[in-house]
Amino acid sequence: MTRIASFLGATALATFAAGAALAEPGLIIDLGGKFDKSFNESAFTGAQRWMEDTGGSYRESELASEAQREQSMRRMAESGANPVVVLGFANASTLEKVAPDYPDTNFTIVDMVVDAPNVQSVVFKEHEGSYLVGVLAAMASETGTVSFVGGMDVPLISKFACGYAQGVKAVKPDANVIVNMTGTTPTAWNDPVRGAELTRSQISQGSDVVYAAAGGTGIGVLQAAADEGILSIGVDSNQNHLHPGQVLTSMVKRVDNAVYEAFEAGMNGTFEPGIKVMGLDNNGVGWAQDEYNADLITESMKATVEETKERIIAGDIVVHDYTTDSSCPAY
Amino acid sequence: MMDLSTLIQLLDSTLRLATPLLFACLAGLFSERAGIFDIGLEGKMLAAAFFAAAAAAMTGSVWLGLVAGIASSVALSLLHGAASITFRGNQLISGVAINFLAAGLTVVIGEAWFELGGRTPALEGAARFQEITLPLAGTLSGIPVLGPLYAEVLSGHSILVYVGLLAVPATWFVLFRTRFGLRLRAVGENPGAVDTAGISVVRLRYSAVIICGLLCGLAGAHLATGLSAGFVKDMSAGRGFIALAALIFAKWRPWYALGACLLFGLLDALGNRFQSLDLFGATVPTQFMQALPYILTVVILAGFVGKATPPRAGGTPYVKER
Repeated sequence: MTRIASFLGATALATFAAGAALAEPGLIIDLGGKFDKSFNESAFTGAQRWMEDTGGSYRESELASEAQREQSMRRMAESGANPVVVLGFANASTLEKVAPDYPDTNFTIVDMVVDAPNVQSVVFKEHEGSYLVGVLAAMASETGTVSFVGGMDVPLISKFACGYAQGVKAVKPDANVIVNMTGTTPTAWNDPVRGAELTRSQISQGSDVVYAAAGGTGIGVLQAAADEGILSIGVDSNQNHLHPGQVLTSMVKRVDNAVYEAFEAGMNGTFEPGIKVMGLDNNGVGWAQDEYNADLITESMKATVEETKERIIAGDIVVHDYTTDSSCPAY
Repeated sequence: MMDLSTLIQLLDSTLRLATPLLFACLAGLFSERAGIFDIGLEGKMLAAAFFAAAAAAMTGSVWLGLVAGIASSVALSLLHGAASITFRGNQLISGVAINFLAAGLTVVIGEAWFELGGRTPALEGAARFQEITLPLAGTLSGIPVLGPLYAEVLSGHSILVYVGLLAVPATWFVLFRTRFGLRLRAVGENPGAVDTAGISVVRLRYSAVIICGLLCGLAGAHLATGLSAGFVKDMSAGRGFIALAALIFAKWRPWYALGACLLFGLLDALGNRFQSLDLFGATVPTQFMQALPYILTVVILAGFVGKATPPRAGGTPYVKER
């Protein structure tokens, strides 16, 4: 028994040593898949861009089920990949367990904070990006009523809603912001029917711009908005192309930049453990402009939103973060 | 706060939300009246939603999508039938298995076909059911109260909503006014007697599960190609289970089923419209409004709303005496 154990140990060490010499970064694509048009795809794009820019290569694996998290994280670390990038808050508890076993491997987790000496936690200032799209929504609205559809009723989503409402109120202090959550269970992320129904209900209350931060439910929100002829705002990835000319903008969360920078830091030896905040100042969040919404964004809207962005970066405008005190000054 | 336009918007929303429930509820009605319990309504609806959206996306025709949706749902029904009629297995377990199978398969196949994380591409134009305006909706809308009710609540839905409403009298007629219906009900109460009369219990039960599959297929197609434009994983979001609750609430009767589904639809619409409601000075929180349909379900299941007696032979496979 002991002999087998030591043999196994030796093999593991050998693999580890052999792998370490290669030292490629590794990316574990989370559930949902790398072509999900959202979070994971954004990370994948970042990794691809890094590969094109540097000519390097990276290791990639894709989770097929919740149960594979630990196994694939360990396998990635043992294969010698460094740093290992994992995506999404669901990985936090696994990473807390795995990271101490591989002290020589650096890990980066996106969207969650894990406190370990070899882990970098990347979090985004979604409230700042939402503030900017709120400014655009208020300027595009003719009725003075705009709305928000959230997915599951969790603090992170209220952070989006609160930033948005603050942005709207900054332009039109007497504007009405309708905030609806789809539900209180995880099914709220995948209920486009209810999303569409909520949107129709908001339209009947006068809303003419709707911002969706609701995963799969948001697809239904954007669809209903396009069907009923009002404007919508996408989230996470640039969703402007989903309904050309009818999506005002998207609040983009640059997961691709987070991955790109983690890879680069790992390769250059500049990896820093701790919390890394991605906000407007380092292009972590922002608003999307492309050919699909070019006609919707006027020059004055663009000027105002860019000015607002500069003022947030400079600290003249402080956007309240809902998660700090679970309350929002704007509604 | 509750003016006419709000009321109309609520009723309009009610009708849309009630339709998938209604199809699934009638599907369960046929199956359970014939003695086959079916908790796989959710899974069949989900599979139908996926295949309807996938076929519509690939062919560009919503009708081919509908056919594909119904076909997939009927296939799962036959699986349930094979397990519970031919092999006399446990009907509840087979139903649960179908739910899991549908939840997993739709995402896996969707990922393999479209590489969109289990979604189908967004459907446009002829690949979706369009809203149809009922005749005279424009002319009659001038009439106070009734005009807007007709023009805005009843008119302007996809064709499946009207099919759903017509399915209620059709179900009533088939079950209570035809020989087939009489036998179907008898097979759910006392299959032995039906067998003695020289009628095949197995064939009747298979017919019932096929009709069940067809109606679930309509429910799923309505979700993916009528109410939304494409499939998203797990998009049935528990509606199959709510339909089962409605079926028990309706005491396995078609007209009551319509009432129960409209009630659930209305509660859903109310929850969407008034996320926080001021009632007699106290604020009812969002969470309560959203939980209301489920609370009502529990109340019903606990037997507070009269006694609901299921078909007597329900849940037990029929074994011919030797």
